Amino acid sequence: MIEQAYDVVVVGGGPAGLAAAVSASDNGALRVLVIERDRELGGILQQCIHNGFGLHRFQQELTGPGYAGRYIRMVGERPNIAVLLDTMVLSVAGDKTILAVNPRDGLLKITAAAVVFAMGCRERTRGAIRIPGSRPAGVFTAGAAQRMVNMEGYLPGKKIVILGSGDIGLIMARRLSLEGCDVKAVLEIMPYSNGLTRNVVQCLEDFGIPLHLSHTVVGVHGKDRVTGITCAKVDDALRPVPGSEFDLECDCLLLSVGLIPENELSGDLGIEMDGLTGGPVVDQLRQTSLPGFFAAGNVVHVHDLVDFVSEEGETAGKYAARHACGLSSSVGRLARIMASDGVRTAVPQVVRLDDVRTAPVRLYMRVARPERRVTLRLLSNSELLLERVLPVAKPGEMVVADIPADKLRAIGDVVTVVLRRQGGEQGE
Amino acid sequence: MNKQEEKRRISCIVCPLSCVGEVSIADGKITGMAGFSCPRGQDYAREEVTAPKRTLTSTVRISGGRLPLLPVVSRQPLPKDKIMACAGCLSTVAVSAPVREGDVIVADILGLGVDVVASRDMTAREEPPGGMMG
Ligand SMILES: Cc1cc2nc3c(=O)[nH]c(=O)nc-3n(C[C@H](O)[C@H](O)[C@H](O)COP(=O)(O)OP(=O)(O)OC[C@H]3O[C@@H](n4cnc5c(N)ncnc54)[C@H](O)[C@@H]3O)c2cc1C
Ligand code: SF4
Repeated sequence: MIEQAYDVVVVGGGPAGLAAAVSASDNGALRVLVIERDRELGGILQQCIHNGFGLHRFQQELTGPGYAGRYIRMVGERPNIAVLLDTMVLSVAGDKTILAVNPRDGLLKITAAAVVFAMGCRERTRGAIRIPGSRPAGVFTAGAAQRMVNMEGYLPGKKIVILGSGDIGLIMARRLSLEGCDVKAVLEIMPYSNGLTRNVVQCLEDFGIPLHLSHTVVGVHGKDRVTGITCAKVDDALRPVPGSEFDLECDCLLLSVGLIPENELSGDLGIEMDGLTGGPVVDQLRQTSLPGFFAAGNVVHVHDLVDFVSEEGETAGKYAARHACGLSSSVGRLARIMASDGVRTAVPQVVRLDDVRTAPVRLYMRVARPERRVTLRLLSNSELLLERVLPVAKPGEMVVADIPADKLRAIGDVVTVVLRRQGGEQGE
Repeated sequence: MNKQEEKRRISCIVCPLSCVGEVSIADGKITGMAGFSCPRGQDYAREEVTAPKRTLTSTVRISGGRLPLLPVVSRQPLPKDKIMACAGCLSTVAVSAPVREGDVIVADILGLGVDVVASRDMTAREEPPGGMMG
């Protein structure tokens, strides 16, 4: 068995992992390794061929592959970053021994001084949402279809219905229309779309594709291949309304019903997890509850903008390098961030209040439901750390706010994040 | 003269506020606008009604490459009503690897004055797959 030792090992070669590797290399790690199970670097971006990436980071609109290409080049320019492709990490032990496998080297044993988890997320499947009906061919997740259409050269079907109106579902509606498919409808169980308005306009309205809000699939028809679906309106409790059913003829049903952070490796290690984000609990350095183990990107929480993924990767890589160089600070007081009153999740979940007090702490939050004109408030020890008016807040778009460095001294054991409707009433 | 006034609802996509406004059009000219909270939104609505444009992203076939498809992007936005025709044109195009990001795949597509370029590098299949580097 091949054995190797590195300062920082990054698991996953998507934008989070690539940014972490570059930043680890730039912050003193001498030997950095990126392990990627796919045939090339870039992660999910290689299949997101549409534009709209990189407005924050590169001040221009890039496509997914264009954005990935920039980071792949940055990795290539740093001779101390090694890359293992086609290599799957099987397990990571508490002493930072990594077992990986690939067809060329067989089993690999790799030791690290610090580990960055950047495995991204995977899609929820039909099983996760329990659609009744038979099990014919032609039901795909939207991301799998995206890879087929944009990278492999297959169409998943000709007459398409899409369940879920998040950005991936909307973008696939446009993509399949451009490829000559007949996209019959997009169904959304919630009374609002989770996608950007821009995508509702440019991916559905441009192509005359109907969006049925408060609707879901209640039946899938066909024996060998999908021949159609039955959909129905849902009530406030998201239950199908009897009598509201109608059929749509199609040979393909695409599911775009949410993403789940891919945390088998981190879970097996006993790292503390956040039940709402589905990712590990991290501090502002992106260190998990186990010292020397860091995490970034969709493995921590599902991001909507890749620019923030890169930012998070940079932070994780930097502090992984510092840990590997013996400059870490895993002592010191911790404060918990508690999201409530209309705020669903906040990352980081923990703020470390030792030698990093000089830097502001950036929080990424998701609200529970669409709101207009609400006030975001951060409180600790009944002191107001931050207050910001949000003209709009949507569950699909992350809210970003910084706790100023000079306010960190006022932090007690708990920081609460709440939304307040204007006029004083709580957001919930 | 009998002027036909038409009203179009436009969702502004310029900023997250997503104002939904209304543009009145008569004889192909804008006669009024309501509901857009700022000048940027009004500019967007004007362009959206008179000359809407979209960036086109798609794929073309590539032979000898590590993947069978090459993603491409229009260097500038194209007239919205020409998007399907341009996509149809791209479906007939095939190139050979290697290709570099930014290489022109279709120059001046359909005579619209816009080039369609590769949005990633595509090395040839013969090149050794990336193993250990560095
Ligand atoms: C289908 C889909 C479409 C999306 N579309 C968009 C979009 O249009 N715009 C946008 O801004 N965001 C989009 N996102 C969100 C997108 O995931 C993020 O912008 C960004 O790509 C996340 O980066 P990441 O590095 O965290 O994860 P990823 O890009 O998913 O990278 C994770 C990498 O880790 C690898 N990996 C996982 N486990 C292992 C293991 N055990 N061993 C070795 N390697 C492993 C994976 O192969 C993958 O390459 C999309 C997400 C999905 C799933
Ligand atoms: S009109 Fe102005 S404020 Fe309203 S969405 Fe457009 S840019 Fe934003």
